[in-house]
Formats: sequence, structure tokens, C-alpha cells
Amino acid sequence: MGYVAVKGGTKAIQASVRMYKDKQHAAGYEIEVEHIKANMNQLINQIMSEASLYDRDLAALSILQAEGNMEEAVFLLRAHRSTLPRLHYSTVTNTRDMFVERRVSASFKDIPGGQILGASPDFTHRLLDDDQSFAGNKTAEAYTEIPHTHALDALPKVIDYLEQEGLFSKKPEDDREPDDITKQSIEFPSSRSERLQSLTRGQTGAVTSLGYAEIRGYGYSSHPNIGEVRVGQQPVHIDPFDTGDAYYIGDIELTEVEAFMPADEDDMDDLGNTEKTFKIGYGLTFGQNETKAIAMSVLDYSLEHPVGDAATSDDEFVLLHIDSVESTGFISHLKLPHYVTFQSVLDRVRQTKGEHGQ
Amino acid sequence: MRQNFAFLDEHSKKEIRRKTLKAISIPGYQVPFASRELPIARGWGTGGLQLTLSLIGQADILKVIDQGSDESVNAVNIRRLIQDTTGVKDTIHTDAATLIQSRHRIPEVPLKPYQILVLQVPLPEPLRPVEPSERITKQLHADKEYSGAWLRLFEQIMRYGSITDDADYPVLVDGRYVMAPSPIPRFDNPKLEDNDGLILLGAGREKKIYAVPPYTKVASLAFEDHPFEVESFDDVTCRESGLTGVYMDELIDETTGETYYMTNDTSYMIEEMNKEGSVK
Repeated sequence: MGYVAVKGGTKAIQASVRMYKDKQHAAGYEIEVEHIKANMNQLINQIMSEASLYDRDLAALSILQAEGNMEEAVFLLRAHRSTLPRLHYSTVTNTRDMFVERRVSASFKDIPGGQILGASPDFTHRLLDDDQSFAGNKTAEAYTEIPHTHALDALPKVIDYLEQEGLFSKKPEDDREPDDITKQSIEFPSSRSERLQSLTRGQTGAVTSLGYAEIRGYGYSSHPNIGEVRVGQQPVHIDPFDTGDAYYIGDIELTEVEAFMPADEDDMDDLGNTEKTFKIGYGLTFGQNETKAIAMSVLDYSLEHPVGDAATSDDEFVLLHIDSVESTGFISHLKLPHYVTFQSVLDRVRQTKGEHGQ
Repeated sequence: MRQNFAFLDEHSKKEIRRKTLKAISIPGYQVPFASRELPIARGWGTGGLQLTLSLIGQADILKVIDQGSDESVNAVNIRRLIQDTTGVKDTIHTDAATLIQSRHRIPEVPLKPYQILVLQVPLPEPLRPVEPSERITKQLHADKEYSGAWLRLFEQIMRYGSITDDADYPVLVDGRYVMAPSPIPRFDNPKLEDNDGLILLGAGREKKIYAVPPYTKVASLAFEDHPFEVESFDDVTCRESGLTGVYMDELIDETTGETYYMTNDTSYMIEEMNKEGSVK
């Protein structure tokens, strides 16, 4: 009778947990949270973005605890988030006030304020470099500061140029209180604020794949132009007593994308002709997550401007399947015992075979 | 790291309880709620767990079962989380519990008026097999437009000669809402009706709470000429306890290769076996 799982679950689980935790410690090679914080910035960015919790220390801790497993690290942070009371919303923060560290436009060679490459792996050769792995401390060469004519916290936006040219019709400001999907679950049809929040919390791979499908052939099926990608430090304020006198609580690193999508004007002109114009897709993420932010801008566009039966035009299809904690949780639950329901399935399968009972 | 009592912050628990009250007020209606992430994975019982965590108090006595067993891996894991964050007493005896969280079973011992049964729900939408879109299923419920649910059963009869829905067999609650009873076997569907206890259902990933309050009418969907059927264990006796008329696990004897059956609700089985003059 040994294998019948009536008793023994508790002991088996305890042993499994102990084995997992023991395995994490290879004697002599332990690393500290501070090492991860100092060396794994991009992993931290990705995890904070998917977890929708901006805290570099806790993100580093989650990476250590999860042995570098992305879905586990995000899961740890999301669970931690559920223990925290949500006391304040920030006041509106405008990315025109961002202290820009990097800023690229793919649409114009020269942009007001200038292209600022900043730090990026974009133009590195992806050759494994064992100097980096084994050399340890390398002496960094001193950077020569390139003088810049614009204030980095007041750079103009590329979209202003299109607007001045009459090529982009700015929508009226939408000052409604944004929905918060962590306080009220998404209802369909979804609002744009629900979509943006859901996309920015999305799993990087899932958001990227669906954005890719949208431009490759299932939806918009064409190439957007990146008006501007900017990465920088964004000041955040709260106004707890609603006095209009907001308190500065710190900076967070953000990636912002404005993608230009060539499209037809909504209304025909007086002569009944359709004019071409540019519409916009918007991406914004915690931390430097450029690919995800670009894909997000594509999906923001595709959900605002649905095309036929494309899955990427369907808010339920996109928003209900891109969350890391939800998709990995449900897929992995298939490992759990299901023998009660399976017995019920067996009963019905046997019924159709006419050999019910035994 | 210091933890809150019952893990969640108090604002979250309050919101979940308010949504639960709404669910009780509209039997069978799926109330959306802002489901929190928990230290247990989505799809592993987080809907049920949020109900339990929002309701549990220091005086509660807890029972957690999965697949009819208190010792099933997931039951152990969930119970440990609740106990670690609350310190409440636990029991395997259905009668002794005030709060019972279960996956895939309603216990064999009938609920008492002082008890709450929390069921974990993977797929709360009974119309999902016929309609993938949430906004449309919501409309169908509003209109009480359930022809899709009926046609689905009808088509099964046409194709297979009998209804082939197995566990999670749809029910009509209080003559109004068609409801997914969570993947309990059909054997447990009749226990939903006119129950003395409160039954709450929570879907964490799908962010829905719904309820079958005490003494509610609950009917499994069926036709006059194709009545509702539970899993048949008519000719079967529990090898361990001699019990009949309970939900059974089908097992294979490793030495003889023969199929045998054992009571699925293990705490009930143990209680029956410990009674004086038990069958075995």
C-alpha cells in the first residue's frame, strides 16, 4: 500500500523544500544581494517591470532567492506586493521632466536636443568575452564628457515636430482618473489605462512575441517608426493631503517609447478623400526595458485600432495572457494531482464505450 | 521579513470580504475582484486561499483538503502557509472545522450551519467552452441566455449517446445563474443544494468570487429523457474500510495487477474505521 498518497504528504513536502534550499548553497561560491545589485542591473530592470514593484534591493533579493529564475523572482515580488497597504498614488508625472540618460529617434537623423546614445548593448558584438568573466576588476578608462547644449531634464520631444508639421493630430487630454487593475480587475471592453497598466506589467517575452506578431503579419502588419525611445530618471511626487503642495519622494528609472504608425485619418476631408496621418503607440516601463517598451507601444496601438480578426487586436486575448504570474501559475498547476477529476473523466469515457462500471 | 496576520494587508482583506458579501447576496453570480498575488502560484488555489485569508480569525479551526485528502501535497502546502501566517489550529475532522478549504471535493460529512466551505476554482465561467470572450459571457449571464450551455449537452447526446461532461458539471443556482461548481465530481453536485453551510468559490487567476448560500436551490443541468448522472460506484466497495456509496479512488494493486477501490475522502474513511462496530 506504500504508494497510496493517504499519509506522508507533509513529510515529503518538507523534505523536498529542504532539498531545494540546500541545493541553492554551493559552499564557497555564495554571493550577496549587493553583488547582484551591482552586476545584474538589466535582470533587475526586467523583474521590477514584470513584478510592477520598483525596488532594486528587493528585486536583487528575489533573484538570489530564486536562483536567477525569472518567473520565480517576479512571483516573489508580486506576492510581497500583496502584503503592502497601498497608501498613495503619485501625482501626475510628465516625461518631459525626465532626466534623460539615453534618447534615440529612428525617425529623424537629427532631433531637437540631439540623439543621446547613453549606455546600451545595441552596438556591441555579441562575442563571448572571457576577459569579462575571469578578469574581475578591470580598470575603467575615464569617460570624456561630451558637452551638451540642452538641459537633460527639459529635452523637447520628437513628437512636437510632427505636431508642428500638422502630421500628427494630438488627441484631447484625457484627465479621467486612470483605472487600477490591481484594485479593480479588468472589465471588457477595457479602458486604455487598464491596457497600458496590463501591458507594462506583462511578461517581457509574451509582450515582445505578441508585438512581433502584430507587425509581422497578424494585424497592423507593417513597420512602425520609433519616434523616440528615452530612458532616464523620472521624479515622483505625492500629494497626500490633496493640498496641491506635493512632496518629492524620489526618482525612478523609466523607458518611454512613442511609436509613429502611419494610418488613415478617422474622418474624410471635405472632398470625400481619405488623408494619411500618423497615429501613436505608447510604451512605458519601469527600468531600462527597451524591447518590451517598443513591443508595448505596438500593442497599445493594435488594441486602440483593431484590425479584423487579429488576435493582437483583441484586448481579452492579449491582456489575459501576458501576465507572468498568471500564465506560469496556471501552466504549472497541471503538475498538481488531478485524480478526482480524472476519475470523473474515466467514468464518462467508459460510458461512451458502453463498458460502464468496471 | 515580518508578515501580516493572514498574509494580506487589511485593506485587501476588507475588499475581498465586501465582494464576498455581494456574492452571497446574488447566488451563483460571479463577482469580479482585484485578485492579489500570493506566495502560492496562480492556478494552485489562490482564489480559495484569498477567501480563506480574508475570513480567517484567531478562533477559527481550519481544514484543508485536496483531492479528498488532508495529506495531498497541495493541501499540505496551503495549510502550512495559512498556519505560518495565522497560527490557527487545524484539524482533519470535517465536523471540528469552522473553515474548510477544498480543491475538487465537497467532503462526505455534511456541512453544519457554523461552517464555511471554500472551493478553489480554476475556470469560473461555465459558458467558456461555448464562448471564449468574457464581455460576451457577461452579457449572456445578464440576459439569462443559456442556450449555449444547453446545446452543448444536447450535442454531446447526439454525438456520444450520453452527456459527457465529467467534473465541473454546470448547475443552475436559484433558478437564475448557470454556475461552474469548480471541478468537483458530479457525485458532489447534489451536495450543493439546500446545504446547511455556506459555500464560497474563489478563482484567483480569473479574479472572480461567487457563492452558494445555505438552503439555496441548485440543479445540475439535464434533460427529462437524459437525467443527470453521478459517477457510478454502485458495484464497488472500499478495500480499506468496506464503505460503499462514497466517491472512490481507482487504484491498481502492484502485486496482483488487479483494480481495487478506496474511499477518496480519507478523513471520513479514518473516522468511520475508528468507530466501534465499523464494517472492517
